[in-house]
Amino acid sequence: MAEPTFTVIEGALAVAMPEATGLELVTRAEAGGCPVALDRDERAAYLGVAAAERARALASLEAPDFALPDLEGRLHSLADHRGKKVLLVAYASW
Amino acid sequence: MWQAVYEELEGRGFVVITVALDKTPEDARPWIDAAKPTHPSLVDTQHVLADLYNIVNVPTVLWIDERGRIVRPNDVAFGTDTFKHITGLEAATHLTALRAWVRGERTALPEARARQLQSLPTERDQQARAEFGLGEWLFAQGRRAAAERHFLRAGELAPHDFTIRRGTMPMRGIDPMGREFREMLGAWTKAGNPYYRPLPE
Repeated sequence: MAEPTFTVIEGALAVAMPEATGLELVTRAEAGGCPVALDRDERAAYLGVAAAERARALASLEAPDFALPDLEGRLHSLADHRGKKVLLVAYASW
Repeated sequence: MWQAVYEELEGRGFVVITVALDKTPEDARPWIDAAKPTHPSLVDTQHVLADLYNIVNVPTVLWIDERGRIVRPNDVAFGTDTFKHITGLEAATHLTALRAWVRGERTALPEARARQLQSLPTERDQQARAEFGLGEWLFAQGRRAAAERHFLRAGELAPHDFTIRRGTMPMRGIDPMGREFREMLGAWTKAGNPYYRPLPE
């Protein structure tokens, strides 16, 4: 068994695996039309979500659900607020 | 910034959810401590929300109805007039419309119009987000030089995405309010591109 020296990141999940396995996942993701950021020197790759999938979801007008932490680390999801009108605001300190 | 309108309207089946696209919770903390929000006030270091909603700058606001449907897509609005002298955007325009929608005095946008006003991500946008995602992970591992390469690549792929170009400045040791930002903004607007793209209605 080869050493798990390569990391594949997908969403919030980063998984260490042998390099050959990681590169196989990269090839498969690209063949499936997904964006991939690969750094061979750093032995890591990020598998993204295809534009077509994101565009389809947004054009359906179903608000994509998410779960994100507050400052105390408690997760909140959009779905928790079903039945209410929601003002969703993205901002930043920068 | 949004706590006042939340307090005003929370009894009417309304909630505000704010999401800080910052590199760490600690970057967002002073803002959240100052606002003392009683609504969900979340932190998104990995730009999950930007990826799901094709958010390319801040502030971005969306209206979502009781059934979980987007009834007003990505728009630019401020909760107060603190930055009006820079942005030229008046908080009251959006707040007045928001109040009327929450009180049921007006409907939001018809579906067909909401779709027309949406901006959907391209393959380059999503490639840029993948490069950002790899950069963010490398940064969190302390591999900063490698992270920077991917942040810069992401910015080249999506020059209109300031959650990437400006949002990664703190991770690249650059002041996001400083000279580099002003130069980037100057080049962008000089080429005829607006920094903020509020909806036309």
